[in-house]
This record gives sequence, C-alpha cells and structure tokens, in this order.
Amino acid sequence: MTVMTFAKAINDALRHEMKRDERVVVLGEDVGVNGGVFRCTEHLLMEFGPSRVIDTPLSESAIIGVAIGMAMNGLRPVAEIQFSDFIFGGFEQLVSNLAKIRYRNAGHYFAPVVVRAPVGGGVRGGMYHSQSPEAYFAHTAGLKVVIPSTPSDAKGLLISSIRDEDPVIFFEPKRLYHSLREDVPDGDYTVPLGKARLVREGDDVSVITYGATVYDALEAAERAAKEGVSVEVLDLRTIVPYDWEAISRSVRKTGRPVIAHEAQRTAGFGAEIAAMIAEREIYSLEAPVLRVTGYDTPFPLVHEHHYLPNPERILRAIRRSVAS
Amino acid sequence: MRGKAPPDPETLGLSSEDLTRMYRTMVLTRVLDRYLLRLQRMGKVALYAETIGEEAVGVGTGYALRPEDVLFPSYRELGAFLMRGVPVSEILDRMLNTVDDPLKGHEFAIFGDRRYNIVPAPTPVATQIPLAVGYAMASKVKGERIVVMTIFGDGATSKGDFHEGVNFASVHKPPVVFVCRNNQYAISTHVSKQTGSSTIAQKAVAYGLEGIRVDGNDVLAVYLTTRAVVERVRDGGAPVLIEALTYRLGAHTTSDDPKRYRTEEEVQRWAKLDPIERMRGYLIAKGVIDEERDVALRAEIEGLVAAEVERALQRPGLEPAVIFEDVYASPPWTLLEQAEELKELSGLQKVTKG
Ligand SMILES: Cc1ncc(C[n+]2csc(CCOP(=O)(O)OP(=O)(O)O)c2C)c(N)n1
Repeated sequence: MTVMTFAKAINDALRHEMKRDERVVVLGEDVGVNGGVFRCTEHLLMEFGPSRVIDTPLSESAIIGVAIGMAMNGLRPVAEIQFSDFIFGGFEQLVSNLAKIRYRNAGHYFAPVVVRAPVGGGVRGGMYHSQSPEAYFAHTAGLKVVIPSTPSDAKGLLISSIRDEDPVIFFEPKRLYHSLREDVPDGDYTVPLGKARLVREGDDVSVITYGATVYDALEAAERAAKEGVSVEVLDLRTIVPYDWEAISRSVRKTGRPVIAHEAQRTAGFGAEIAAMIAEREIYSLEAPVLRVTGYDTPFPLVHEHHYLPNPERILRAIRRSVAS
Repeated sequence: MRGKAPPDPETLGLSSEDLTRMYRTMVLTRVLDRYLLRLQRMGKVALYAETIGEEAVGVGTGYALRPEDVLFPSYRELGAFLMRGVPVSEILDRMLNTVDDPLKGHEFAIFGDRRYNIVPAPTPVATQIPLAVGYAMASKVKGERIVVMTIFGDGATSKGDFHEGVNFASVHKPPVVFVCRNNQYAISTHVSKQTGSSTIAQKAVAYGLEGIRVDGNDVLAVYLTTRAVVERVRDGGAPVLIEALTYRLGAHTTSDDPKRYRTEEEVQRWAKLDPIERMRGYLIAKGVIDEERDVALRAEIEGLVAAEVERALQRPGLEPAVIFEDVYASPPWTLLEQAEELKELSGLQKVTKG
C-alpha cells in the first residue's frame, strides 16, 4: 500500500500497465512534456519515450480517431481528453466509430480504446470545465462508462478498463484529483467493471450515486444520522454496465431510493435507474424514487455550489423520502 | 529590420493620434492584464488567460475594425476589446461577475457585449470560427457592408472547425477575416508540434485564399496589414488569413506552470521584443512622445485602473437565481420548478448561515 492522491493513482495505473504490456500507449494534449494539465501522465514520457507517450495536436476528433486506428492495429491506446467538456469535438468518432466498430465489422476489427477525461464541477471551472456528460455515452451502445470515486478504485478500474476488450469512457471527477489521499494497493490491482461499492450501510434510505457526489451523499448521510435516519450509500462505479443486483438489494432493504448525480436531471443517468426500479422493484418501494441532480441549465460559472447536488439538497430529499 | 531606419509616421499614413491611441491602449491592456492576474490570485476571478506580450495583435487588429464590424475573438483578446472602446469598468464587471456583468456570470469569456459587436469567446477552442463565417454569410445575404473578424490561437488551427470554416469561406467568400494569433504555444505544445507546415499563413493557400504573415509584436505592421485586408474584404474581396507571429510571455492561464516545458532563456529572448517597448522606442525616436510624457501616461493609466478595480470590488455580486436565466427564451415548466426549488433552498441556507 502507498498513500496516493486520485491523480497519482491514475498515474500509477498507467505506469503499471505500460510496463506490463508494450501495446499500451498514451496520447492527448499536453500529456508528454507537461505530464497532463492535472499531472496524471507525469514522468511517463521520460520512462516510456515519445513513441508511447504522444503529445498530440489540438484536435479531440483526431485524438480519438487515431486511437481507434491504433487499437484496430493491435495497440491498447489510452487517450486523454483534457476536459470532458471538449469531448464533443470527438463525438462523431466516439459515437459513429468507436462504439460501433466491433458490430459494424462483425468482430473482424475492434477497438479496445480507453478514453480518459476529467468530469464534474466544484473547481470554479465554469461552463466548459465542469460538465458531466456521461449520459450521452451511456446512451450509446458499444461503449462502457466508468466513473471512480476513490484513488484505489481509480487505479483498479483503470487497469480493468485498459485490459477490457471493449472501449471504455473513463471519467475522472476532477475535484477529487488532488483533494483525496488514501492507501492504494501496490502493483497489480484490479476492480471489476460493473460492480458497485457499498460505501455506507443503512436501513432507511438508499442514496444511489457515483463520482464525486459520493462524498456529498456521505455528508448528507452523516447529518441524517443525527436526525435518526439511517442512510445507505451505494457508489455505482460503473454506469455501463451498471450493477443492478446491488441496486435492487439496497432498494429491497430500504424501500426508499434517492438517486444523486451532478449531471442535469432531464434524461440524466438517474432516469435510467429510476425506470429500472419502477419496472422491477415497484413493490419494494415505501416512497417515490427521488432524484437530486444538477439543474436543467448549462453548468453556471457563478453559484456552482447551488447548482450541484450538495449535501443540503441530498438531505432534503432524504427527509422527503422518509416523510412520505 | 535592424539597421534600416523605420519609416516616418507620415510615410505610413498615420497621424500622431493614431499612434498614441494604439500605444496608450497597449499600455492599458498590460496594466489591466496585470490587475486581472492579481485578482485571480486573490480569488476574486475564477480563471484568467494572460495576454502579456501579445498586446500588439489585439490592439492592431482592433484598431483596424469599424464599430459596426463584428468580432468573434478567443479568450485572450483583451487588447482588441479595449481598442474597440470597451471601458475598463465593464471588463471588471464581467471578470468579477458583479451585478452589472453583461454576461450574468454564465461563463468565463473575458468580455462580450452586443453593443460593442463583440461576441463572447467560447472556451472550446476554434469553435467560433465557423460562426464567424456564418455571421458574414448572413451579412452578405442582408446586404450589409460589415466585416466579420475572428481571432484564434495557433492551437486552434489543428481543429476541424478551423479547416472546415476556412474551406467554407473559400467557396462562398463572405466578408470574413481570419486572424491567427500565433503565440507559439498551446499550453505546453509548441507550434512545431501542432503542425508540419512552416507557417500558419500558408494553410490559406491550400484553400485558394490569401495568407499573410505579419510580425505580431509590431503593432503598426499588424494594424496596417489588417486595415488593408479589412477594407479589401469590405469591398467584396475574398476572405484572408492573417497570421500574427507573437509570443506568450506569461503562463497559459493561472493554472499553468510554463517552467515545465520551456526555458527561461527562450522567454527572455522574446521579452526583449516586447511590443510595448518597441512602440515606445519608435514613438520617442519619431518625437511623438518623450520620456516625461510617457511616464505621466503610465502613471495616469495605473491610477485609472486602480480606481476602477477599487470601485468594481465594491459592487455586489449576482443572485443565485441568475443561473436559470437565458437557458431558453421562455423557460419550460421543468426549469421554472427547479428555479422555485433553488429559491426555497437558498432562502433556507441563508437562514441557517445567518
Ligand atoms: C476543444 C478544446 N480542447 C482543449 C481545450 C483546452 N485548452 C484550452 S486552451 C488550449 C490551448 C489553446 O492554444 P491556442 O489555440 O494556441 O491559443 P492560446 O491559448 O495560445 O492563445 C487548450 C488545449 C479547449 N479549451 N478546447
């Protein structure tokens, strides 16, 4: 075990995989000499050289497109998009090629690319350094979508993503990069995709969440405990495929699900979970399914605290759930 | 350039008013730029992209535009805004997101306001380029005699938006001028790693358009070149790509550390070509100003900016409800409901805090 920040854990996972597997290459804007704007690729250029750590021209479309071509020819590229807000320049490559390449080629060609990108708010980043665009990708068949919330999970899930035979969009909550530190297992460490993590056990309400919102949910749970309400917090870790078993187990136990995420409400990933609960667990419910999300506005520069699903808002939903 | 005596203002067709206005605005840009950087460090401004060393590009291009011309800038064009007459107080309202912020705190963009024909810069690099082409296409349809200018960095020329926009313009030839402010870096990426072309200007040739490279640290060269191009385009000439070669003396933004990727030596080499010092040298050599007047001018500008900053810091901030404005022309019920929720919540939070 070594104490690491979230960013360091990402760095550790990349280094580990690059050492283990020569096919792993890293590409993106400022990932080489600069070590990435969040320092996730620090020192990799020195260690692995410019043919495996590639500073690219400023083009998200080319970064993703080139990564797809590399993967089709046997490499395991990990492409970095500097902020998930800029992933849309590569949307066509992601949606039309990356997601569909295995299907379109009936398996003759496939592209195990990992696209890493920082997501989320809380850093005074304004409209284009704060968004949570996971739902666009969850809606696209052929892509897996991962969002870790701890340094250990970041390492374990990234290694699993790199080894996965399918493309993975790997979103890293940027407000956690340097604010969190914990013991991270050394060496080879994997966390399976598609498995949720029970962060806190409780009996009365289930908060189902992922990414940085896990910490807001925990704070809300602490506060609820003082009011005598026992709250369970479930961190999905992967949203495609998501861990339905863990969700249904929790919903059966508490009967009161609250779903929380930073992304806006309408057609956000919470809607998918809510629909599944309605389809399969309606008879377990003691209260309506509630959502605490970003508002249906672009991400605002000012007052982002109000926009985000802060502990205050999550606690309010918990109270509402208990009251109904 | 050295050795040959620079031409007199009259030979260039410039009045001493032209010269002092451009010089003054460059100094103002530098002073305000330094203040904005300090305000960011104090936590009053969220993020700021310095413009130090690149003032001649904004000021020279800005001076070549008429008020009715429309500018689609990137996030580093403070000089152009000031040259187009935007008061310092309005830039500060914007950057500090006071109640008078014309963009209501929705997003960064140093400035933007329809009254000045300045479109707020998008953060996603290069995405303003096709918009400028479209705006110019519309002005052609409407029979206006305006010119649309878009300014962007060297990094922007790697994006499809640049190539697709320039190509589109080469087919339909609307009144648009493309200005690449080549400061040689896109964060840590040197322009030599951005493109295999030896210049940005030559990219225009592939699209059948003219490309001109100009010394971007020489405000007079930038101004004279741009003015000639702008007037030609106004008269129906084809779009032109101007590459102004300059250097980003500061960090990329307040969250960047350039020591990681370039040498102090290189920075010092370019610092010697400081566009403000060059213009000052020219003005003194030609007797347009003297040392004494220059010192007074700088003191006056320092005082003016300091006073505006003091005043702007006193102005109140925006109310939380502002985040729901302008999402749609008329908000759907979902948004109205959410705005109501926030109102309730922020009321509660005020009570618990107070
Ligand atoms: C589409 C997109 N990708 C990445 C970024 C992150 N980013 C912000 S500025 C920048 C470099 C831009 O360089 P350049 O176009 O040369 O302009 P400069 O900053 O030098 O003025 C990058 C990569 C962005 N804003 N937009």
